[in-house]
Amino acid sequence: MSTTTPVRPTSEDPKDVDGHGAQEPGRVAGGLFDPAQLLKSLPDAFKKLDPRVMVKSPVMFVVEVGSVVTTGLALKNPGDWFGWTITIWLWLTVLFANLAEAVAEGRGKAQADTLRKAKTDTVARRLTGDGGEESVAGTELRVGDLVVCEAGDVIPGDGDVVEGVASVDESAITGESAPVIRESGGDRSAVTGGTKVLSDRVVIKITTKPGETFIDRMINLVEGAARQKTPNEIALNILLASLTIVFLLAVVTLQPFAIYAGAEQTMIVLAALLVCLIPTTIGALLSAIGIAGMDRLVQRNVLAMSGRAVEAAGDVSTLLLDKTGTITYGNRQAAEFVPVKGTMAAEVADAAQLSSLADETPEGRSIVVLAKEKYGLRERHEGELVGAEWIPFTAQTRMSGVDVDGRKVRKGATGSVVAWVKERGGTVADDATRLTDDISQAGGTPLLVAVEDDKGPRVLGVIHLKDVVKEGMRERFDELRAMGIKTVMITGDNPLTARAIAEEAGVDDFLAEATPEDKMALIKREQAGGKLVAMTGDGTNDAPALAQADVGVAMNTGTSAAKEAGNMVDLDSNPTKLIEIVEIGKQLLITRGALTTFSIANDVAKYFAIIPAMFAVAYPGLDKLNIMGLASPKSAILSAVIFNALIIVALVPLALKGVRYRPMSADAMLRRNLLIYGLGGLISPFIGIKIIDLLISLIPGIG
Amino acid sequence: MSPVLSGILQLVALIGALALVYIPLGDYMARVYSSEKHLRAEKWIYRLIGADPGAEMRWPAYLRGVLAFSAVSLLFLYLLQRVQGVLPESLSLGFTAISPDQAFNTAASFVANTNWQSYSGEQAMGHAVQTLGLAVQNFVSAAVGMAVAVALVRGFARSRTGELGNFWADLVRGTIRILIPLSVVGALVLVACGAIQNFAGIHGIGQLAGGSQQVNGGAVASQEVIKELGTNGGGYFNANSAHPFENPNAFTNLFEAFLILVIPFALTRTFGKLVGNVKQGYAILATMGVIWLGFTALMMWTEYAHHGAALQAAGGAMEGKEQRFGVGASAIFATTTTLTSTGAVDSFHSSFTGLGGGITLLGMMLGEIAPGGVGSGLYGMLVMAIIAVFIAGLMVGRTPEYLGKKIGTREIKLAACYILITPTLVLGFTALSMALSTPPGSILNGASNSVNNSGAHGFSEVLYAFTSGANNNGSAFAGLNANTQWYNTTIGLAMLLGRFLPMVFVLALAGSLAEQKPVPETAGTLRTEKPLFAGLLVGAILIITGLTYFPALALGPMAEGLS
Repeated sequence: MSTTTPVRPTSEDPKDVDGHGAQEPGRVAGGLFDPAQLLKSLPDAFKKLDPRVMVKSPVMFVVEVGSVVTTGLALKNPGDWFGWTITIWLWLTVLFANLAEAVAEGRGKAQADTLRKAKTDTVARRLTGDGGEESVAGTELRVGDLVVCEAGDVIPGDGDVVEGVASVDESAITGESAPVIRESGGDRSAVTGGTKVLSDRVVIKITTKPGETFIDRMINLVEGAARQKTPNEIALNILLASLTIVFLLAVVTLQPFAIYAGAEQTMIVLAALLVCLIPTTIGALLSAIGIAGMDRLVQRNVLAMSGRAVEAAGDVSTLLLDKTGTITYGNRQAAEFVPVKGTMAAEVADAAQLSSLADETPEGRSIVVLAKEKYGLRERHEGELVGAEWIPFTAQTRMSGVDVDGRKVRKGATGSVVAWVKERGGTVADDATRLTDDISQAGGTPLLVAVEDDKGPRVLGVIHLKDVVKEGMRERFDELRAMGIKTVMITGDNPLTARAIAEEAGVDDFLAEATPEDKMALIKREQAGGKLVAMTGDGTNDAPALAQADVGVAMNTGTSAAKEAGNMVDLDSNPTKLIEIVEIGKQLLITRGALTTFSIANDVAKYFAIIPAMFAVAYPGLDKLNIMGLASPKSAILSAVIFNALIIVALVPLALKGVRYRPMSADAMLRRNLLIYGLGGLISPFIGIKIIDLLISLIPGIG
Repeated sequence: MSPVLSGILQLVALIGALALVYIPLGDYMARVYSSEKHLRAEKWIYRLIGADPGAEMRWPAYLRGVLAFSAVSLLFLYLLQRVQGVLPESLSLGFTAISPDQAFNTAASFVANTNWQSYSGEQAMGHAVQTLGLAVQNFVSAAVGMAVAVALVRGFARSRTGELGNFWADLVRGTIRILIPLSVVGALVLVACGAIQNFAGIHGIGQLAGGSQQVNGGAVASQEVIKELGTNGGGYFNANSAHPFENPNAFTNLFEAFLILVIPFALTRTFGKLVGNVKQGYAILATMGVIWLGFTALMMWTEYAHHGAALQAAGGAMEGKEQRFGVGASAIFATTTTLTSTGAVDSFHSSFTGLGGGITLLGMMLGEIAPGGVGSGLYGMLVMAIIAVFIAGLMVGRTPEYLGKKIGTREIKLAACYILITPTLVLGFTALSMALSTPPGSILNGASNSVNNSGAHGFSEVLYAFTSGANNNGSAFAGLNANTQWYNTTIGLAMLLGRFLPMVFVLALAGSLAEQKPVPETAGTLRTEKPLFAGLLVGAILIITGLTYFPALALGPMAEGLS
């Protein structure tokens, strides 16, 4: 079977962070928003009115208190339609905020339910000390227990395969239906509880306590139960709380001023003014933004163990990328047939193809493919060549080839092929060594092709094998550079090869012949300079570096140690996803900043609506501030309150989806977001309030 | 020359003069605060006060220095006023002791670099209080402000240490190497142009129309220069810089405006030098400059363009303005003094047009940061920059950082506390004053207000008093009789809290920043030295201030100005 990493469409489109169009069909895209979710989440939104829940969001708590106060006042004066209308809209403001959070959580809940199905109570076959077996409930397993799983069994808990090899269906957690191989030893030994063994028999050593398994953590995570506020979210909450206090102060002190001016205001109007001024838009959407950000990762099959890690991803300034599988396709491929002097390239191609027909290694396959694509040589099947004797590759000969129709064709390492030719009294072309050296210099691997036929044994030419850089990587790294992120390629290759690939892929730096210690040292060096480092890894020897990195993404195919050490797990085991993770982290922060700016900028228009409405009677000059020409004081205040509530609902999709994000420099990004959310936030409420005023002034008795 | 043109030319001359000294003065101050050497005079002082100028202080120690020094100053100044009655007449000019509430108010006022005066200098304070008390505070309270600003700048410039320098060294150097030399030069210029400098007593002079007038002598020029240079603002005479002995002519008027602005603006260069990136200083300078110029232009426009036959005949709103300065110079001086926490006046803000009065109020409400008081302007602006960086930083998708330091939870908490203080004091005390059913003391001096607009204008006067006090400006909207127990006490408290509480948060912020390790700048970093950021900062300052005070301004100057 193929060992190449399947390339997923998600990672191939470098631009699309929103996820539209790039997702596999049938999966909920990163931020799509279904209005029906609003309705479904309504009961949850009501439950969240509990003041003990509300107090966690200081801004919305103030709105709730305001709503309670106006309700009391309206009850005292039941005939006051204005008081009732304001009261209703204040309650709606609180409700809309809760709705935003409930919708965001609802999406995670659906996912958690699917996961729970996988977590049905399993019966484990535990090995006893004397070699026998006993049946125990999955929940009774302890760390260190050995359990047996055979085809059809559900794996009872997280652990490592210690004996045997099996194909496992991990679709319950990854959504990927193709089975994966799990075998003892090496980096593919980890199995996850809740997944199903499809064939063979394995013995698994349990490494996690029941209730703390990967699937349990996943459920907590997607449900938001484990959600903690991230550092930036806390800081933003503090800023919003202080703005709330400022506005509370402005409104509370306004009453004595108003009384002095002979224009005492009702509590209802003051409550309306307060709710309009405090940053309700961002206050209402803040937690939804955070939940949705985590959710966007989950949609991409990445599990972040903490929100802090997601936020750190946005701050990353150095990306360590493994060459194999991330930057290159992961195996060397034939790129060119180079003939020695006096030979035709087609001749080399023909011999190379012939010698590789029985070679099932990826390199061998790629030679046949290149011969077909570039030289039009039809692939011959082994059966077509009657009497062919296939010479397989061995570590001793370091050559492979075929003897057919009196021709002996060989391909292999330079030294071995040269020795073979000389041994038979043949000639080695003068430029053969130069050609192979050139290819090595350029970071490629040369394979010499030789033939012995009626013209005698001789070298025909060289096959240039090289690591093929994935398409679009250079563009992607350019984008990262524009975002201020340095990419470092990590490879076990020698410096020469590494440099060639680094240049071709366009990474900023590389670490050749990298050992886990080198990797660790590099991370520490970058961090000492104040940089945040992200990396991926799957092996046990990656674990220390994964733990040291600020963002450590473990591959799901990796060992338990790697998964423990990292703060994210990629269920698709696709290292390229690191780039998307960084983008999602940034998008999360941008969404918060943009909506905060929008929320504050909104207030200007609300003042122009409410202040003249409150005081134009006492000071007619203030009517000049009514630049929107609102119909009446009551309709003006009502319009502002209604706009303030509706804008929350209007922005729920944006909060869940995240603002559009394109990799660009900080300056360009700031300019763009300031224009849209700053200027837009300044202007849009003038228009919105005016429209609402026009509509409600049509109601008899208001206009 | 038309009055408008003359106003504009004066403005251009002022900007030119400031530009000329910006780099030399800014660089000099950076050297003063980073030099290793101590002057001989400084060593004497350190020995006298028992301070070790080389000892590095963490923020709590630095703060203790600030508070201890200010507390001692407060007590000394209070006692000096209380014992004035028993001093020899050559020192007291025969004035009696100041009442406890007024003595507290005055002491708080000068220690807090506010110079709110509920007394008339020539009718209450003798040479001893004026020179030994008030003039000394004019120097040292300014030097305290500069020291705190430098400590914050060091917080940005240093990393992986909590050390912010030595308060005593910063205080002494600011006084001896910056304020005193500049004052000597400035005083000579003022004397040469006609300001008085003597220790004469009170002269009785017969007036042309009969009757007599008392004229005090005094060390006026020397106090005048530090009054402006240290953004203090407390006049020797009640008429402040409108008095011909303090501010004899149009040139000295412009020169005084220059003195007010020179250190606050040049400190942005000092800041840039100390953090190792002068462009960052230019961005802050640009932010301050744009606001200052915008306010001045707006003020000139509203004062020149005011309608009414009498005003048009005079070439602008001349009520309350000195004939020898005119509308343009008065407008420049008014915005300069209110945007810098100075509070010196060469014309009466109360008599400005409704909107003009509003501009002076709004200028103070910005928090005295454009360019603000000496030192306090810089640290106030940097705190606003931190808030702006936080929001803008999020919008570029990174944990916000400013000058290589992360703006995290702790930094935002401190900055948020900082920006809460003055609105709380201003709105809280104003509301309290308005709410008390029988305000202690008469709020309105009926003679200066027409019956029609007494409501809004009267409110403006109270609002102005607390805005001026809490923001450490010290200028007054004439008409409010502030020498009552209520106002002496509340404004005194507003001044002290408005000065020292922010310092607590600024120093804590400095300590927190200094402990961080620096974050390297990349293409993904918000560029805070670019015009885009300066523009954003201007917008953030105007919007946050505007939103905070809009209702109060609407009921005061707007109600008056839009009618």
